[in-house]
Amino acid sequence: MDDVVIYTKELTKQFGTFTAVDHISFDVHKGEIFGFLGANGAGKTTAMRMLCGLSIPTSGVGNVAGFDIATQQEDIKKRIGYMSQKFSLYEDLKVWENIRLYAGIYGMKTDEIERKTNLLLDKLHFTKERNALVRSLPLGWKQKLAFSVSIFHEPKIVFLDEPTGGVDPETRRQFWEMIYEAADRGITVFVTTHYMDEAEYCNRVSIMVDGRIDALDTPSRLKQRFNAQSMDQVFRRLARKAERSE
Amino acid sequence: MTLRFLLEKEFKQLIRNKIMLVLTVVFPLMVILVMPWAATMDIKNIRLTVVDNDHSPLSEQFIEKLSNSSYFRLVGTSYNYREGIHAVEVGTADMVLEIPSGFESDFINGWNVPVQVSINAVNSIKGVMGQSYINTFCQMFMEEQQAAHPTADGNNRPAIELNTINLFNPTLDYKFSMIPGLIMITAIVLCGFLPALNIVTEKEQGTIEQLNVTPISRTSFIFAKLIPFWIIGVVTLSLGFLFAWLIYGLVPAGSVGLLYFFSIIFIFTMTGFGLVISNKSSTMQQAVFVMFFFVMIFIMLCGLLTPVNSMPDWAQAIAALTPTKYMVNALNCIYLKGSGFMDLLPDIIALTTMLLFFNVWAVLSYKKSE
Repeated sequence: MDDVVIYTKELTKQFGTFTAVDHISFDVHKGEIFGFLGANGAGKTTAMRMLCGLSIPTSGVGNVAGFDIATQQEDIKKRIGYMSQKFSLYEDLKVWENIRLYAGIYGMKTDEIERKTNLLLDKLHFTKERNALVRSLPLGWKQKLAFSVSIFHEPKIVFLDEPTGGVDPETRRQFWEMIYEAADRGITVFVTTHYMDEAEYCNRVSIMVDGRIDALDTPSRLKQRFNAQSMDQVFRRLARKAERSE
Repeated sequence: MTLRFLLEKEFKQLIRNKIMLVLTVVFPLMVILVMPWAATMDIKNIRLTVVDNDHSPLSEQFIEKLSNSSYFRLVGTSYNYREGIHAVEVGTADMVLEIPSGFESDFINGWNVPVQVSINAVNSIKGVMGQSYINTFCQMFMEEQQAAHPTADGNNRPAIELNTINLFNPTLDYKFSMIPGLIMITAIVLCGFLPALNIVTEKEQGTIEQLNVTPISRTSFIFAKLIPFWIIGVVTLSLGFLFAWLIYGLVPAGSVGLLYFFSIIFIFTMTGFGLVISNKSSTMQQAVFVMFFFVMIFIMLCGLLTPVNSMPDWAQAIAALTPTKYMVNALNCIYLKGSGFMDLLPDIIALTTMLLFFNVWAVLSYKKSE
């Protein structure tokens, strides 16, 4: 398939004797919203870090945006966006300064940064907060800003690691609207989450249990297969088998 | 040019960190202003009690001269030696000086004059210094007297020249040899600790991971971290040199250019060292403790507190691996002795080697992927 932007085959990561990610294979298509589910400690973050070039696989193959994850991390990094579980914009920089910093790192020109910053702040209704230190923003706003920064340079793929943790339902809804909008622009969204209602918003979801992918399909087919009313039930059925916890 | 954006960020963060800016100025000022007085090994005001068994004009002259010196303070006269020792035991005096009867007549006859001195050597430095002061004093007194009262045969005995000249520090002012070293310590703290803490903070806050998923190059990242601290280091050292001049009138006998040359290679070495520590540490505690461990060694063995030459061989071998040893030596030589580039070539080579070693290691040990 031509539109595959991420694929892995038997991808594995071991820390000593502990196998955090155990021979996972899947692929993700362009413009897709791919939900990456799993209980705490199932290996989601480790798998995601390998795909982003932050962690080198122990064995197996992975390819992101056409580049090998074991040898071409820096090429991958030019083409992806990443939003970590931990809020990681600079709290002691202003809103526009954070945007400028990351845009600059990705090689955008100063005037283009300026122009796009204005558009973005306008769209987020953040114009008044342009000169506010990020530290002073409420969490939901910070998360929206972090997501906007992660796709500011128009990456091919954006990786979101539990982006809506600790955010109120209304902001979560707005956040997902932003995700849909990004996907409509052709940005592939790879997202981990704990919220099963959010899993329903994904095109396809995979569920990781103890480092392996136990199920991978569209939400509706998964519900059918596990004879469940909601993704929550599907998840509980699979997660019950888990032997390890955090 | 991602370096430009990164530098912009570092400077903005630095400027918003008010404590840091204050520290850059206040730290060298405090060190220069306070430390030389506290850390001085000059012993002044040794408390002296005198037992005069002679009661002659000469003995009185001797005592008067002694108490006029700034090193000794006459705290009393005792009737006998036991009473004098008692004063030392209860802690009101540091030293007992006993003048035997017949002091004056023996002297006039040209005989040796024994003077008994007992020093409380619990504080060994005070003891040794007191002893050497009194020796010098006796020597000088004898010479003066010999000059003033020629011997019976009418000839002036050639005065015995026993002047000790303290090379390069004529007043043996301890402050002068301490100040260049103290200025260096400010550079260790600001240029070693701060970059280490800076990167570990990014690790703890998770912001470094956000940078690691970008295509930023390792060299840009390291340079963006280093350059602000290089500037801080140069400013701090300059303030140190300035304060040393304003407060103590201490100016380098050698060239200012060479002083800055050493300052810069030393700052580069320390910042590189700080970065290696921060790359290897994952928490603030780790970084601080490891840094502290090395800084202790750097300061203890550098020759500022005790001369490297008087250390045992194994300690000298460790001292040879510390950048501070070369820096202290260079600073003292430039400040007090006026040494030039060629005189300090061995120190330059040693420091440059360490500079390259730590900085290459810093770039290599910064890993974007694990």
